[in-house]
Amino acid sequence: MLIKQAPDIQPSEITAEAVYRERRRFLGGAAALAALAVTPAQAALPPYKKNAYGGGETANTWDEITHYNNFYEFGTDKTDPAKYAHSLKPRPWTLAIEGACRKPKSWDIDVLTRAFPLEERIYRLRCVEGWSMVIPWLGFPLAGLLKQVEPTGNAKYVEFITLHDPQQMPGQRQAILDWPYREGLRLDEAMHPLTLMAVGLYGRELPNQNGAPLRLVVPWKYGFKSAKSIVKIRLVEQPPISSWMKAVPREYGFYSNVNPEVDHPRWSQARERRIGEFLKRPTLMFNGYGEQVAQLYSGMDLRKNF
Amino acid sequence: MALYRNPKAWLFLLCLYPLLRLAALAWTGGLGANPIEFITRSLGTWTLTGLLITLTVTPARRLSGYGGLLRYRRMLGLFAFCYGMLHLLSYLWLDQFFDWPAIVKDILKRPFITFGMAAFLLLVPLALTSSRAAMRRLGRNWQRVHWLIYPAAVGAVLHYGWLVKKDLTQPLIYAGILALLLAMRIFWRYKKTKAG
Repeated sequence: MLIKQAPDIQPSEITAEAVYRERRRFLGGAAALAALAVTPAQAALPPYKKNAYGGGETANTWDEITHYNNFYEFGTDKTDPAKYAHSLKPRPWTLAIEGACRKPKSWDIDVLTRAFPLEERIYRLRCVEGWSMVIPWLGFPLAGLLKQVEPTGNAKYVEFITLHDPQQMPGQRQAILDWPYREGLRLDEAMHPLTLMAVGLYGRELPNQNGAPLRLVVPWKYGFKSAKSIVKIRLVEQPPISSWMKAVPREYGFYSNVNPEVDHPRWSQARERRIGEFLKRPTLMFNGYGEQVAQLYSGMDLRKNF
Repeated sequence: MALYRNPKAWLFLLCLYPLLRLAALAWTGGLGANPIEFITRSLGTWTLTGLLITLTVTPARRLSGYGGLLRYRRMLGLFAFCYGMLHLLSYLWLDQFFDWPAIVKDILKRPFITFGMAAFLLLVPLALTSSRAAMRRLGRNWQRVHWLIYPAAVGAVLHYGWLVKKDLTQPLIYAGILALLLAMRIFWRYKKTKAG
């Protein structure tokens, strides 16, 4: 009785393990590329570390954060950015830092995201309109970036300038604001450890409607201070005139710190509706970051410097 | 007459559309991230739309020569009032949760809420005197009372315009239509006094 059978597959026919693994990697890479082409927002970012900020807060959902936005470059309705921001091309992208500094420099966005260690920061965001969210940003402190260009003694303020391209940002075809969008901080505010340059959200790349590929996040100020899709940062001696200050100077000041005691001329700032909650909650001074930032404003009349 | 042959019944259903739409959106989770804001805004814009449609009846009748249109004016006006009432209720209940000190402060301090509240109060006597009996009882004064729809509509447009942060496009569209409707009346009035 013949027990021994000829093997169906010759060992020589089996793909060598190294080749097999290589092929796997190639296919994986191809799949990743395909995914990238379809949903650029889900491309991988370098690894990041979690951060202690935001303990005890429940973050809003991805859907809430990406479908309720003020980004007038894509329309004034809060659902407009999610609908129309696909026309924005966040790659290739260059950020230039210039002005009162010894080493003005430009970065490609992908170089930038690898040049600084990324960390997750769960911040509250309070909109001047009276609603708020909790957002798990991914980014790096602005201070490290500014140190690279070595600000001179003349650098007292920092101006942030958003992309100006009506092709990519159809809302700019209407003169709703004086485009490009501009915002400003005092240098010490910009250097504060809480001030973040965000490149991601929930561990993914920043979606277009949230200010891809690079935005500012200043959690103790009203949301409009956190400029989106930034192409230029200028170090300047005089306080920059922000887009909102220029549009309605009576209603929007340079500082725009979250302050429940100073009402917007047309509505109260005492309370806010956290998106996803039914009852309004009291608004906290400096959006709850007073312990970290109040000393920046000691001796200042915050009613005058609103 | 069968109900489906009655144009008033169809108009009634049409006027329910904004409410049914909100109910459907609520059911399917389509009210967005801030449902309370969505509901309040939607009821507000439909109130304004209802007021403008009500104000279109008289010019439309005059231009088309079809007097039958007048039969629908009361229903349109009452629907506009109902949406205004729901709009106010959504502000008092959903938005402020009956925080009366905050509401009173809002009404006194914020012009857009002052105007909205005033516009609504001007509409109350109109709704109360909309019945045939009231019409008979008031006689010539009925017209004088119902003249209040003009300041109410102006107040409602100001209420909307004042709320907007920057982009005035939408409020200006409403303001433009209202201006046109009022201008036609002024023109006809002027022609009549000249002719008379």
